[in-house]
Amino acid sequence: MTWVADNLDLIGRLTVEHLRQSALPILLGLLVSIPAGWLAFRFRLTRGLVLTLVGLLYTIPSLALFALLPPLLGISFLSEVNLIIALTIYAIAIMTRFVADALASVEPTVRQAAVAVGYGPWRRFWQVDLPLAGPVVLAGLRVTAVSTISLATVGILIGIDNLGYLFTNGYQRQIVAEILAGVVAVVVVALLVDWLLVLLGRVLLPWTRRRADA
Amino acid sequence: MNLFSDAIAWIFSPDRAEGALPLSEAIGTHLAFTFVSVLVAALLAVPAGWLIGHTGRGREVAVALSGAARAVPSFGLVLLLVLVLGVTHKVAASTTAFVLLAIPPILAGAYAGIEAVDRRVVDGARAVGMTPGQVLRTVEVPLGLPLLIGGLRSATLQVVATVTLAGYVGNWGLGFYIVQGIQLRDFSQILGAALVIVVLAVVLDLLFALLERAVVPRGVAAGRASPDAPTRPRRGSHHALGADPT
Repeated sequence: MTWVADNLDLIGRLTVEHLRQSALPILLGLLVSIPAGWLAFRFRLTRGLVLTLVGLLYTIPSLALFALLPPLLGISFLSEVNLIIALTIYAIAIMTRFVADALASVEPTVRQAAVAVGYGPWRRFWQVDLPLAGPVVLAGLRVTAVSTISLATVGILIGIDNLGYLFTNGYQRQIVAEILAGVVAVVVVALLVDWLLVLLGRVLLPWTRRRADA
Repeated sequence: MNLFSDAIAWIFSPDRAEGALPLSEAIGTHLAFTFVSVLVAALLAVPAGWLIGHTGRGREVAVALSGAARAVPSFGLVLLLVLVLGVTHKVAASTTAFVLLAIPPILAGAYAGIEAVDRRVVDGARAVGMTPGQVLRTVEVPLGLPLLIGGLRSATLQVVATVTLAGYVGNWGLGFYIVQGIQLRDFSQILGAALVIVVLAVVLDLLFALLERAVVPRGVAAGRASPDAPTRPRRGSHHALGADPT
């Protein structure tokens, strides 16, 4: 474990890089999945299309996706943009299904009541449907965040430094402690972010807390 | 689109039949790693999952396990095990990593399948005099099969992706072409191999999708009047079962 003590600087620097590279895909995944999930929830035709598309994207292994994106988008293969777009695609693929399920979990009677007291479609979506779908959306966001943070390590294969650097560097130099430190650091960062999202959920969705206490 | 035609030319080039790693051999190894790992993981996880689902005991442990497993970076796990078990045992070490990664989604599929069975059906089975073993064998397991297949599907996709990453530690499987292609700056090889991997993953996913439908017991299928009626989220739709893109 002396390796860890001697390299705390490196681990810290890579952790910051790692968080920076993961944050944008998680946020973009949430933003895109709200309209996409709504489309999958609202109309039968778009439901099939959207869910088939995200299902297909979800099956593509990461290393293969890194190879497919550059010729399709005209970006460089060994670039951070490539990693971030790939991670965003996976985040959207995971989140969209959750948002569709979340909207479907809202009681139809509540929705009807909102219409009855005069909510228009737009205001009803933001003030009734989405907040009530909140707990399931949050569950999806937690899965997305943890997966994204864990998956970002693959970026080292296309030359992007983050905690994944400890895997390949440790492997080449045959330092078990370095790889182990990398794995533990990724798990700790992922679980910390997960825990932060739970806290955020308690603040933003106070009614779920009351239900849990009862 | 020139890059894509180059990639397709790479796939169908006669050179792919020879050389250090013929394409057919890479596909075969990739599939062999996947099937063996998923099979071993299933032998361990399915009985355990059924037991958890049937008794309701150990559920928290299983949920926590599949949640935490999602955080473990699969690439790191492969490299760690290869280094710990020794570079001379790469195959055994990599397979161990694949098995470990496949266990959580299969376990979750097995117990979620049984948990999702309507309690009234189980009570009914008991009321007509079935023993706990009969309830499990003839009621819970068949009704839980679609979710179990869903778990196997997630596990298989996870392993296919991780075997790709394992091309970094050995010259086997389809991932090796990509790793080698990156070193050689050979983009038609990178893209060609990627296309083969995508086709492989999509075909496997499709087969599991068909299997998931085929295992729905006849009585249940008949009970579903309209095909798209159940829009409510089920307790464990397949992406929620603890697997991730890798």
